[in-house]
Amino acid sequence: MTSIQLGMPKVVSYGEGNIFEEIPFPKYAKEELKNEQLRNNLRFVTHAIRGKRSKVTAELPDWQELRTTGEQTKNYVLAHLPELLEEFERNFTARGGHVHWARDAHEANQIALDLIRAEGVDEIIKIKSMATAETGLNEFLEENGINAIETDLAEEIVQLGEDRPSHILVPAIHRNRREIRDIFVKKIEGINPDISDEPAELAEASRNRLREKFLSTKVAVSGVNFGIAETGTMTIVESEGNGRMCLTLPDTLISFMGIEKLLPTFQDYETFLQLLPRSSTGERMNPYTSMWTGVTPGDGPQNLHVILIDNGRTAVLADELGRQALRCIRCSACMNVCPVYERAGGHAYGSTYPGPIGAILSPQLSGIEAAHNNSLPYASSLCGACYEVCPVKINFPEVLVHLRSKDVDSKKAVGEFAGNKKAAPTQMDAMMYGAKKLFSSGKMMSLAEKGLPMSRLITGKKHKISKLPGIVSGWTDYRDIPEPPKESFRNWWKKEKAGAPARDTAARVDIDALIAANKGKLEELHANAAKAQGEESLTAANDAKVAKLAAEAKTASTKENA
Amino acid sequence: MRIALFSTCIVDGMYPRTARATVEILERLGHEVVYPPGQTCCSQMHVNSGYFDDAYPVVKNHVESFSDWDWDVAVAPSGSCVASLRHQQAMIARRAGDEALAIKAEQIAARTFELSNLLIDILGITDAAAQLGSYFPEHVTYHSSCHGMRMLGLGTRQQDLLKTVEGLKYTELEGLDQCCGFGGTFSFKNSDVSGAMVNDKADAVEATGASVCSGGDCSCLMNIGGALSRRDSEVQTIHFAEILASTKENPLVITGPVQLAN
Repeated sequence: MTSIQLGMPKVVSYGEGNIFEEIPFPKYAKEELKNEQLRNNLRFVTHAIRGKRSKVTAELPDWQELRTTGEQTKNYVLAHLPELLEEFERNFTARGGHVHWARDAHEANQIALDLIRAEGVDEIIKIKSMATAETGLNEFLEENGINAIETDLAEEIVQLGEDRPSHILVPAIHRNRREIRDIFVKKIEGINPDISDEPAELAEASRNRLREKFLSTKVAVSGVNFGIAETGTMTIVESEGNGRMCLTLPDTLISFMGIEKLLPTFQDYETFLQLLPRSSTGERMNPYTSMWTGVTPGDGPQNLHVILIDNGRTAVLADELGRQALRCIRCSACMNVCPVYERAGGHAYGSTYPGPIGAILSPQLSGIEAAHNNSLPYASSLCGACYEVCPVKINFPEVLVHLRSKDVDSKKAVGEFAGNKKAAPTQMDAMMYGAKKLFSSGKMMSLAEKGLPMSRLITGKKHKISKLPGIVSGWTDYRDIPEPPKESFRNWWKKEKAGAPARDTAARVDIDALIAANKGKLEELHANAAKAQGEESLTAANDAKVAKLAAEAKTASTKENA
Repeated sequence: MRIALFSTCIVDGMYPRTARATVEILERLGHEVVYPPGQTCCSQMHVNSGYFDDAYPVVKNHVESFSDWDWDVAVAPSGSCVASLRHQQAMIARRAGDEALAIKAEQIAARTFELSNLLIDILGITDAAAQLGSYFPEHVTYHSSCHGMRMLGLGTRQQDLLKTVEGLKYTELEGLDQCCGFGGTFSFKNSDVSGAMVNDKADAVEATGASVCSGGDCSCLMNIGGALSRRDSEVQTIHFAEILASTKENPLVITGPVQLAN
């Protein structure tokens, strides 16, 4: 008798909204690369933030331990999500707030619209929020006759410019100040038409426009950086103070929060308020940190709501390896160090989430097979710079490669499902198949490499290959291939060297003991290297400079004391 | 010591001179170098392209080839391929349901080292000129390949070895830790972004005024060298093993085809 194991049906509910790659990444990137201005802006800003981040993280002796704590805390949250969400709901409700649950972007938007309509207003103010960008709240409200005003300066620039954000921290990173001036002159009523492109003047124009809105608008919408299960507290960290205004002045506050944004206890802030600002803006602490726990009579919003949003997050959670993307705290460090983001820009990723985090989050939130999502996991050279800086240690290369395999497997499954096993393989499939055959046997390699001298025929007089056909033509669009050697190493070895005589395992050298014995050699080499290159004189000069500064400082403080 | 050489597919087929230089250095230090003949590739190209099923026989071939003979330590003139052994092979075996292979893969990976790692941390090299007789009177800059730097944590090992070569003048590359844009199949799947990256790298190399750009991974050097060649630059890309192998008696010649004189 045979038994058939059917297993549990796997119900995966993907998200909707602005989390799709609509145009294949390479195609969009190709166009963006032609925009010199964009590339200069991106290079300038990403390098500036990169430098600041690197400086303020290096000064913390326990930075790596903080990252590990951040990783583990978020892993705990993901492993206990149902209990923690219910704990949060109980505590938020007990303190006078209202909790709403939204399966997807549309439900979240509809809940917000109903709440806004209940207040009888047609205009709201907003704090910059990734969650509402993800659900497309502004567009939805506009269709329903509600005007949503972005109060973060960069979001305001994007909104007035009828544009899309291209970075999660610096949404207008693709704009320079001259462009911003032009947008303001066109869009802000009553602005001085002769305003310059000085940042101070532009900020003043924005301030004048927004101050009036802060004081007169009754409903605000925010995102949430962290929600504390233990107390029902929510947090916004920001730089401009517009957030503080939105969180304190209106009567009604509606906050959009992804279900993964929880932290278990108030104590956990200790870790995350160190990790986030240093990773994000490269500041030791951000200028404004607001926390609110329920309603305080007579102070701040009296009508308090939170919309807890799934929108594909449980689909991400179902993937054992991919779920680490849900640890993300939206700091943007990964995009600031990414060489691909730096050149392609944020719009090329289609979704609200650009850069490495977008490349792993969007295809998981909305499904690898949807739109052109499957081009995102390939938008990386796997250099690992993102993993190195991530404050919650998301192993980006590992997830990217995992998603590539899901893409390959899903394409294969489609072919098989359609009874189409013999469908012509793509060039990539054929290349990988050929390489598999070749790499599965040293004998095959040896035989194939006998053909190397033949391949020299196509390199011609210049001893290089400058044009290849098919999918690999991308290589020769930008680079040559050198002339292959006359003989492979393997075939040379076979001719010149003998095989190894059999040896007993007992004869093995203890490598660990050797490594222990050579401890300190690396430092010795490093010192020798500096000496050989005359770098010690630099060090000496530097030491002298430091000593001089120290002496001067000492003199100054002595004078002060006197 | 008996050292098994893992030549890697790209060095075996395209840069045999790098593998020969590796053998030359190790034999000069008095070690026995063996070459397991069944070896081919670490499987990284398949894994990084998402072809996990196709990667399995490649992993199996590597593990079986390096299990045939007894050796003390294995070495590869590549950080990237060693990183693949350490971080990918066992995963591919487990995914195919082959736990025995996964365990063997882990054991072999743990005894396989990138060349600079072996030279310094196991063989105790602290001065290439004094201990290896390395001599290369050229102006050299160096690109730090991502996988060696970030996945293996090689730090300054490779450039420190270069700096102690007699006669060598070293200039640090601006943006040393920036990816060159190779990334395996990324180089043609996202060829325009990859091309922009490698062109920036080639600019930085040329700005140093060096005649040679060295590095520890032939794949990245092929990428950088290919972009330099496209702009008819005179700068050569050469693996650091070849520079370490160069001596006064048998110097590395860099005009025409790069190779040791004898």
